[in-house]
Amino acid sequence: PGAEKWLTNTFTQTCAVRPSRHSTFTHSTSATGYNMLTKHEKELIAKIWDKMIPVASDIGAECLLRMMTTFPGTKTYFAHLDIRPGSPHLRSHGKKIVLAIAECSKDISSMMVTLAPLQTLHAYKLRIDPCNFKLLCHCILVTLAAHMGDEFNPVAHAAMDKYLSAFAAVLAEKYR
Amino acid sequence: MVEWTDFERATIQSVFEKMDYDDVGPAALSRCLVVYPWTQRYFGNFGNLYNAAAIQGNPMVAAHGKTVLHGLDRAVKNMDDIKATYAELSVLHSEKLRVDPDNFRLLADCLTIVVAARMGADFTADVQGAFQKFLAVVVSSLGRQYH
Repeated sequence: PGAEKWLTNTFTQTCAVRPSRHSTFTHSTSATGYNMLTKHEKELIAKIWDKMIPVASDIGAECLLRMMTTFPGTKTYFAHLDIRPGSPHLRSHGKKIVLAIAECSKDISSMMVTLAPLQTLHAYKLRIDPCNFKLLCHCILVTLAAHMGDEFNPVAHAAMDKYLSAFAAVLAEKYR
Repeated sequence: MVEWTDFERATIQSVFEKMDYDDVGPAALSRCLVVYPWTQRYFGNFGNLYNAAAIQGNPMVAAHGKTVLHGLDRAVKNMDDIKATYAELSVLHSEKLRVDPDNFRLLADCLTIVVAARMGADFTADVQGAFQKFLAVVVSSLGRQYH
């Protein structure tokens, strides 16, 4: 419960919420108390990720490649992998990430529960500095834009940015 | 002194040459105001910014978006001294407009995403790397004269 309250408070401060911004604005009554996404936004996010599942390796590899090219410091976490463009390591690792994000998007209200094992993995084993999560999130947004063009309009972009920020914050939850 | 590779120079020139400033400028600014609504604090006299549709249709936002992107052109044409190019604009944004310099990064991120949407597959990882390095230098220069 403490963690859920922190999550809600963090996002209330980070994102200014204006009640009539969306005509279908409803407060989520999920157990997490997470209510930064409207029902419409959650559906939009789930729909986008659903389309990515069949091409998860391609999309995932592209996101990682964009991140490591634009933010070279992130390469330090991949010394154990072949990270050349098109490498099978990049594709399989990228696929894992995309599928985790896609799976979670099917039931955003249950994010804290769904991500519990990944929280433990990132906190105790991987220990990726959480500042890197937002770098990957940005590159995910760029990848979506490159593939979706105008369909990735500002409303979809805003919703997706909120979702990925929440995902990253939950992932870092067990760090300390 | 920023070091640019031949690839980076060529990429920046090529991306901006192909760009429709009057389309991308408004798209980037309006996207920033929608995705990061707190940036609207600097545009109190722009009229209706109440929702995404209003922002995207707002003529003052569009006009300002064009101004900003044409301003970026100065750096494109002067890549070897972007810091000096923007010294005056940096003072303006700090002393007169009082813009939090983190906002420059937010707008740069939105611009990147708009360009990605326009260029599609041509916006490869390497092109993105060069583009974002360029924008990082611009952002840093605009924040340089703050104290």
